[in-house]
Amino acid sequence: MANNDTLIIAGETYNSRLLVGSGKYKDLEETRLATEVSGAEIVTVAIRRSNIGQNPDEPNLLDAIPPNKYTILPNTAGCYTAEDAVRTCRLARELLDGHNLVKLEVLGDEKTLFPDITATLEAAETLVKDNFKVMVYTSDDPLIAKRLEEMGCVAVMPLAAPIGSGLGIRNPHNIRLIIENANVPILVDAGVGTASDAAIAMELGCDGVLMNTAIAAAKDPVLMASAMKKGIEAGREAFLAGRMPKKAYASASSPIDGMFL
Amino acid sequence: MVILLNGEDHVLSNDSTAADLVIQLGLADKRVAMEVNLEIIPRSRYGDQPLKDGDKVEIVHAIGGGSSDCY
Repeated sequence: MANNDTLIIAGETYNSRLLVGSGKYKDLEETRLATEVSGAEIVTVAIRRSNIGQNPDEPNLLDAIPPNKYTILPNTAGCYTAEDAVRTCRLARELLDGHNLVKLEVLGDEKTLFPDITATLEAAETLVKDNFKVMVYTSDDPLIAKRLEEMGCVAVMPLAAPIGSGLGIRNPHNIRLIIENANVPILVDAGVGTASDAAIAMELGCDGVLMNTAIAAAKDPVLMASAMKKGIEAGREAFLAGRMPKKAYASASSPIDGMFL
Repeated sequence: MVILLNGEDHVLSNDSTAADLVIQLGLADKRVAMEVNLEIIPRSRYGDQPLKDGDKVEIVHAIGGGSSDCY
């Protein structure tokens, strides 16, 4: 990997540009293994009601992905109003002893899980004022991405395709426009299906990719975690290297001089 | 008294505090966060937080989830 090529989010430095979710695994052991193999340093988690009356000794997610080893990124998955999202972030901050990096997502529609942009803007404003460091899930609209940056979000995370769809980068042009205009990290969040999708996102110049289903729903999640790690690294190196220009016709790669025929 | 705990009625002896509740639930040494009537109660203050009949209490923890597709 290129030397000193690190991802900086809210002043913290990370070596991995792959961020992973912790949902949809068959058990905590698979979560632990896939997370470890992915090389991710930031892991997103959901906040839910504790199961009252059930075995309180059942293993806890944060035993599998301990906060002293990973940066835990609580998300507001499942929130459909700005109020619920803000409430979830405040509970998460208490849960994680004051840790204030959060992933904000306010959803607008159950079928597409597209973000509700007006509610997202409203929640982002409240959270930034309340000293949260907000990484925000949004649509691939370059103007909204810029607005969220100007509001003080520490990273903007446009979707590449609907959450959990695995459709890949549907609008590379918009993602590129968002990146070109940004002064904060831009991470593709949602829509990646396989390693080449992750590489394409990175070749576009994204600072990172956040994914969950693409790894957890693979037939072999641990192996896919390894593939994603490599896809991210390959795409990043290709971006830094600068690809050759595309040409309409062939261009021989062996010299013509010295031909003996 | 009866409080509304995570959306369900829950019986608790009178004069209980938030600390008594988490002990009763076996969650005293677990990483949880608590809201009483929409107000977050810091873990360090559970012992000073009296509960009263009808209080709406939410106790949450972290679970696996990525983007909204976590279920």
